[in-house]
Amino acid sequence: MNDALGEPQSVLVLGGTSEIALATVRALPRGRLRRVILAARPSVARDSAVAALTADGIAGVTALDFDARSTQEHGAFVDSIFEAGDIDIVLLAFGVLGDQEEAEANPDLAVEMATTNYTGAVSIGLHVARRLRAQGHGSLVVYSSVAGDRARRSNFIYGSTKAGLDAFAQGLGDALHGTGAHVLVVRPGMVRTKMSAGLPEAPMTTDANVVADIVVKSLRKGKETVYAPGPLRFVMAGLKTLPRPVFRKLPR
Amino acid sequence: MSLSISDQEQLLTGWGRTCPSLARVQACTSIEQVQHEVARAGARGVLARGLGRSYGDAAQSGGGTVLDLQAFNDISYDSITGAVTAGAGASLDSVMKAIVPAGAFVPVTPGTRMVTIGGAIGSDIHGKNHHVDGTFGAHVQSLTLVDGSGEIHELTPSGDKAPQFWATIGGMGLTGVITQATFDAIPVTSSLISVDTQRANDLDEVMSVMAAGDEKYRYTVAWIDTVSQSARGVITSGDHAPIDQLSAKQRTHALVFEPKAIATAPPIFPSGLLNKLTVRAFNEAWFRKAPKSASGDLQSISAFFHPLDGVQDWNRIYGPRGFLQYQFVVPDSASHLIRAALEKLRQVGAPSFLTVLKRFGAANPAPLSFPTQGWTLAADVPAGIEGLGQALDDLDELISEAGGRLYLAKDSRQSPQMFARTYPRLSEWQQVRDGLDPRGVFTSDLARRLSI
Repeated sequence: MNDALGEPQSVLVLGGTSEIALATVRALPRGRLRRVILAARPSVARDSAVAALTADGIAGVTALDFDARSTQEHGAFVDSIFEAGDIDIVLLAFGVLGDQEEAEANPDLAVEMATTNYTGAVSIGLHVARRLRAQGHGSLVVYSSVAGDRARRSNFIYGSTKAGLDAFAQGLGDALHGTGAHVLVVRPGMVRTKMSAGLPEAPMTTDANVVADIVVKSLRKGKETVYAPGPLRFVMAGLKTLPRPVFRKLPR
Repeated sequence: MSLSISDQEQLLTGWGRTCPSLARVQACTSIEQVQHEVARAGARGVLARGLGRSYGDAAQSGGGTVLDLQAFNDISYDSITGAVTAGAGASLDSVMKAIVPAGAFVPVTPGTRMVTIGGAIGSDIHGKNHHVDGTFGAHVQSLTLVDGSGEIHELTPSGDKAPQFWATIGGMGLTGVITQATFDAIPVTSSLISVDTQRANDLDEVMSVMAAGDEKYRYTVAWIDTVSQSARGVITSGDHAPIDQLSAKQRTHALVFEPKAIATAPPIFPSGLLNKLTVRAFNEAWFRKAPKSASGDLQSISAFFHPLDGVQDWNRIYGPRGFLQYQFVVPDSASHLIRAALEKLRQVGAPSFLTVLKRFGAANPAPLSFPTQGWTLAADVPAGIEGLGQALDDLDELISEAGGRLYLAKDSRQSPQMFARTYPRLSEWQQVRDGLDPRGVFTSDLARRLSI
């Protein structure tokens, strides 16, 4: 249970090696945390994430095998977690960035991005929503992206997966409105992580812990949509109104 | 399962309006229906809820079934034995309306009449007379309980089922569904309270006045100005006024009890309306309003015991983020923690205008009953204050070290460790509970949060 001051006891991270999600776990008030599950494919990164959070003094951190693409298994996976106890916060943070040019040349790669970022998220998102609905409380945080606000030439395949995810998550939030369960859609701009390493930095590029702080504050306030950093909201609102011929010519 | 809400489902919170959760609310009109609901309970369990005056998550259960026993509202008063038998859903308000005109009063009333008999027993409530009369549960002669197997028990404070009785007193509704109880009433000859008031300029004075008055008054409580550095306060004490203290005119309606709601708080209050400035102004006025010293003032029951019942839905004034009430007890040996707590709340900038200090008498045999001999402080605090969690955790630590604890009916944030440490008879209680509820049917958000 979340307490009256918004302090959670349990967190499920879907995409348990995501740097932004791990930063979010670190930024949460930890006085009441007793169960933190990092769900991801088995990897050294996952093991070290468990070790790092534990070393940070966070209690009850464990890992579970989870593959966003294995949608057939999602139902049983989510059920087993919730049957062992309520989950207060679910972070839906998995996703692949992929290389736009390679994906343009090789549609199989594009399908893989779409499967992980969108199809997998729809599947696990609905299963999580069903359980949050049944327990009558809890928050689902969906890490979307400004890339989904308006598709750009340079990364529209990734952007389209996030656009789909974003629309799904907003609708899910509306479906859950009034049920005690709640969906927060986070739209970060470019974040310095291993996922974006080597890419040229966009304006207003930020760090994972900045996004994490914004997520934690927004959860406390019960917000439904938030940009990170916040002023990106206005930038994106402006960009969305640009006529296509102009938008197309913008630098990446 | 669709994600949409059905007609029966409702978002429930405690009086502090924090942490809502959704439950299926089922009105029950007969004991058979209660048994039926217990028998068909799903994995998320069953819980009885009264008028929702507990501040935290005690009377809600996300995903579970919450029973509304408003229909259990019969009240009968036996003027010969002086005992009241009432349904679990009857409120103290309705009990008082029924028995005061007959010259009787409830043995214990908290700061609101808007609690049910079931809630009064489940929370083992206390009032301004705890130092003399103990808790509500101490005056219960018998109660009817539907346990986790649907079996009906008549429980009494002594005899075979005494452990089950005392586990239910203060058991937060987790031993079963209380449907009815019989309890002592006290005889009164008027519906007025004779009140003595004294202003004290600092906390030491407040505490010494209170300690000295323990024997003198049946009812005593002190209001503390948390904004003032000295923690000045106003002590009010009293007892039921005998009829010969009333004027001739008052005697013509000596036992009349007709309280009215004077106002309703508007549904939407902005966050932060209660801030240091507004609370300072309120506290100044409240302190000045009290006479330096007065005795024998005749006040109505509602003015003396339940001033906030005059404003319906006053809990809205804390805005959408809600509030919590921090109430702890510490033994006399740790009375310095009262000052430490006030200091801490002031430091964190938690403006509280309803801070109440009171002395408790001895504890009763109930394993989870809150009151123990010593001092209890209760302070309302808006939930949105930065740093509040840490400040209260620090205070918890001091209180637990000193042998004190927090009141479950007010709690919405203590840790499971703090709870287990400060209620050392928890495992004894759990054994009795497991006997009454082997399937683990009865649960609440509070029970889940604290692993009760």
